[in-house]
Amino acid sequence: GGDLRLRNFVSPADRKRFSTSVFIPFSRKTLCSRDLEGSEAMAQPLVKKDDDRDDEAEYSPFMGIEKGAVLQEARVFNDPQLDPRRCSQVITKLLYLLNQGETFTKVEATEVFFAVTKLFQSRDVGLRRMLYLMIKELSPSADEVIIVTSSLMKDMNSKTDMYRANAIRVLCRITDGVLLTQIERYLKQAIVDKNPVVASAALVSGIHLLQTNPEVVKRWSNEVQEAVQSRAALVQFHALALLHQIRQNDRLAVSKLVTSLTRGTVRSPLAQCLLIRYTSQVIRESASNSQGDRPFYDFLEGCLRHKAEMVIFEAARAITELSGVTSRELTPAITVLQLFLSSSKPVLRFAAVRTLNKVAMTHPMAVTNCNIDMESLISDQNRSIATLAITTLLKTGNESSVDRLMKQITNFMSDIADEFKIVVVEAIRSLCLKFPLKYRALMNFLSNILREEGGFEYKKAIVDSIVILIRDIPDAKESGLLHLCEFIEDCEFTYLSTQILHFLGIEGPKTSDPSKYIRYIYNRVHLENATVRAAAVSTLAKFGAMVDALKPRVFVLLRRCLFDSDDEVRDRATLYLNTLGGDGEVVETDKDVKEFLFGALEIPLVNLETSLRNYVAAEEAFDINSVPKEVKSQPLAEKKAPGKKQPTGLGAPPAAPPSTVDAYEKLLSSIPELASLGKPFKSSAPTELTEAETEYAVNVVKHIYDRHVVFQYNCTNTIPEQLLEEVSVVVDSSDAEEFSFVLSKPLRSLPYDSPGQTFAVFEKPEGVPAVGKFSNTLKFIVKEVDPNTGEADEDGVDDEYQLEELEVVSADYMQKVGVSNFRNAWESLDADLERVDEYGLGPRESLAEAVNAVISLLGMQPCEGTEVVASNSRSHTCLLSGVFIGNVRVLARLQFGLTGPKEVAMKLAVKSEDIAVSDAIHEIVASG
Amino acid sequence: MALSSFRDACPTVKNILLLDSEGKRVAVKYYSDDWPTNNSKLAFEKALFTKTMKTNARTEAEITMFDNYIIVYKFIQDLHFFVTGGDDENELILAAVLQGFFDSVALLLRNNVDKREALENLDLIFLCLDEIVERGMILETDANVIAGKVAVNSMDPAAPLSEQTISQALATAREHLTRTLFQ
Repeated sequence: GGDLRLRNFVSPADRKRFSTSVFIPFSRKTLCSRDLEGSEAMAQPLVKKDDDRDDEAEYSPFMGIEKGAVLQEARVFNDPQLDPRRCSQVITKLLYLLNQGETFTKVEATEVFFAVTKLFQSRDVGLRRMLYLMIKELSPSADEVIIVTSSLMKDMNSKTDMYRANAIRVLCRITDGVLLTQIERYLKQAIVDKNPVVASAALVSGIHLLQTNPEVVKRWSNEVQEAVQSRAALVQFHALALLHQIRQNDRLAVSKLVTSLTRGTVRSPLAQCLLIRYTSQVIRESASNSQGDRPFYDFLEGCLRHKAEMVIFEAARAITELSGVTSRELTPAITVLQLFLSSSKPVLRFAAVRTLNKVAMTHPMAVTNCNIDMESLISDQNRSIATLAITTLLKTGNESSVDRLMKQITNFMSDIADEFKIVVVEAIRSLCLKFPLKYRALMNFLSNILREEGGFEYKKAIVDSIVILIRDIPDAKESGLLHLCEFIEDCEFTYLSTQILHFLGIEGPKTSDPSKYIRYIYNRVHLENATVRAAAVSTLAKFGAMVDALKPRVFVLLRRCLFDSDDEVRDRATLYLNTLGGDGEVVETDKDVKEFLFGALEIPLVNLETSLRNYVAAEEAFDINSVPKEVKSQPLAEKKAPGKKQPTGLGAPPAAPPSTVDAYEKLLSSIPELASLGKPFKSSAPTELTEAETEYAVNVVKHIYDRHVVFQYNCTNTIPEQLLEEVSVVVDSSDAEEFSFVLSKPLRSLPYDSPGQTFAVFEKPEGVPAVGKFSNTLKFIVKEVDPNTGEADEDGVDDEYQLEELEVVSADYMQKVGVSNFRNAWESLDADLERVDEYGLGPRESLAEAVNAVISLLGMQPCEGTEVVASNSRSHTCLLSGVFIGNVRVLARLQFGLTGPKEVAMKLAVKSEDIAVSDAIHEIVASG
Repeated sequence: MALSSFRDACPTVKNILLLDSEGKRVAVKYYSDDWPTNNSKLAFEKALFTKTMKTNARTEAEITMFDNYIIVYKFIQDLHFFVTGGDDENELILAAVLQGFFDSVALLLRNNVDKREALENLDLIFLCLDEIVERGMILETDANVIAGKVAVNSMDPAAPLSEQTISQALATAREHLTRTLFQ
């Protein structure tokens, strides 16, 4: 305690002065040779601190550092007599500030940069090195770069290796294309420099420059190839990486590279890892002729005996990821991974168990040999490893081991974090679906953990799992529903309570004794917040509507709800009592009433929201039929979102992002010729009709109407020196017999870089999904533009530009409209509206490829995640839903199976509200 | 192209962090745009520190998965070393980078590896980071080579004779350098 008090006597000001005055780092001066001898001396991680250190535990040489003061200090860079040590310290302080997240204004950065450039005058090696660092951190602008270019070029040709290497790195970091051509000659030399550090600096810089100046770097191939043969390990690694990137778009060249290197000896482990990755790529791309031995497999297997662990692991992982890997190929890889499982290094155990976990998804039998090692990992200190081990065991376990495993997991669950628990719950769910006979043990486990403490995501994962078990395992339904009922008795999450009440309303009335759920539901009306109470009222009403025997009791309860303090609850109760006949005698509830009250809302909520917003501003009455049903595809930005794949248990279908439908609608209705056609049934995604980076960029959107098709050509003029006028697309429809040309709407003027639209309208037979090909030519008058004044010439020249063909396909007549519950929707359509047939799809790349091909051919919305095909599975069922032109709902159930090595067969069952449409869908598949 | 969609064609380091025992920055270096602002970087560091602080990563490097990243880490005294890679990265390569960083810092700080020593020699730490990874690409993982390269730069031609020990140290370091490169 005494120390502490003593320290408090030092005033902050004193301490600051103290810290700046002793800033000079002395310790390196006493650096003695013994310390650099090797790493053995370091194997004592828990060295006790010196006592005098403890006294100043909070001491930092940067205490109280301020940007303004440091910028002032940077003036020493301008001194005629430079003090290298002092200057180095100031640079360190500047770097420290930047590293802590401090930013310099443009002016400050420029000032520091100019001051720093003065330091090239000093010949001090250490200072020069800090100077290089500082320039890189400041990332100077193009006009600032010029100031240091000559100094850096001088260093680049210095006799000192360290100068050469660093100057190359700095120059390449800050250079632009023009400068690059000036230094290219030196860089080529540096690549084959006998000093490995210099060669690596040039090669790594080349890897980065390839992104911005590919045409320059590609000229270095010969030198890079020479460097691949270098005896220095890291040079080989960097050269191989660069060489591959130069050639990556040339399959043949990559294949040759791999062939020659797998025969020779690559020394560096890192380079060997690269080679393994490139080899996998070549194997993947030459996979089609997969009879007999797989090319390069021997090389991969040989790498399993490499002396470096990183190479062994890279090779093992590559083997497990080979497409269509056989158990014979897998065995040696599994064997080395199994050895890693008992390593003393957590990183090795983690890498191995993570890879085996993935293998277990597709080849559970291959991993069973590791089960004993896996079981001992359940108690691993690293909980990531333990969780991966558990979930692997859950995948590889057989029916008889389930009970024993569940016991181990129960002990394990109490001491891991929620995120791991969720992974385990998901694994248990799939285990249960695999062994439905074991549902009792697994359901018990789920209900037990449901009662324990846990956050929302965890609880939701459990509830979702129970819901899925209820849906898929009929025997589990009653016990599962009761577990959920008990859970909502004491559930702190409003979202889960309402979702479970909703689910109870659907499943409860179908059970043998629906009355036993009423108590749980009505309790909610007493004890919960308004949201949950309203949900409970709806659930009660569903029981009343579905089960006539319960009607009198339900009506009594609903009448009590009329006195609720919340208006939503009262309104719902009133609505239900009136529509279900609560004031008269008990009669069977009309089908239309049920549909009105509880039918699925088959409109994406986002679309409904947009329409309602428009309605609020407009005078017209709201018409729910005018809300578009089309689900827009997810934007690309979504892809990077952390990959938490939410299971499709409870909850609404994924919310659609704001649509472009409105934008199209506004555009079309603003043009009188097009507005008269009515509202389009569907607008396609844009299809590019030009290659990237051509003079004119054109894409087309197809708007489908009952009797018309409108092509909207979005045109962009990418030439600054041109103005286009009277732009139109001449469409040749001779390959589209059912279409006849109606009119074309040219674009008056298309200046540089400001996109515009031109339209072409075709007529087609009403309601018929006519298909055909259209060839397109862009016609326009081109006028020269003076780049200085921006004025266009008076006179223009007629010109044409050939565009790609466009095609109207069957999928254009199908809206992607999902259903929330496929099975219910399917059963609600009569059996005589169903058409079933079988098709051979011929040789296919893979099952997944065949599934995707049929989905895109039909243009329908995949339901319940069935578009995803587990790798290596031999059969797959896919559920699709959509609305066909004429507003006819269509559902399709597709069963795929592999019949030969690559032969895919498909059984297609289609149901739709119109039998003619069911036939039409089969026709699409038959002719596709 | 096919490869980049499948796995980074080249092992890539997303960041290297050196934090103190309260999760504060000693020195950090980011090589990826995944964290565009200082706040997103700080948030990552805080979350990572909280997640790992209670683990015992003192004898062997530890590893965790977090936010779809693989992070290997090792602690000594009041310093926490981290190396982050994508979730598809070869864990052992990341571990080699971590070990290179950890050991070269130990060499440069004469085995007195703690926060205070690191801050007093922060220039060496910055140079060390600069020698290990360049914009995500691994430059070197051998601690002797890294420390050798950094130590070369601290040579002071004007150093008085009494400081001769450093020249000896550098001679050893250079010898190490050449030995490692041409073995």
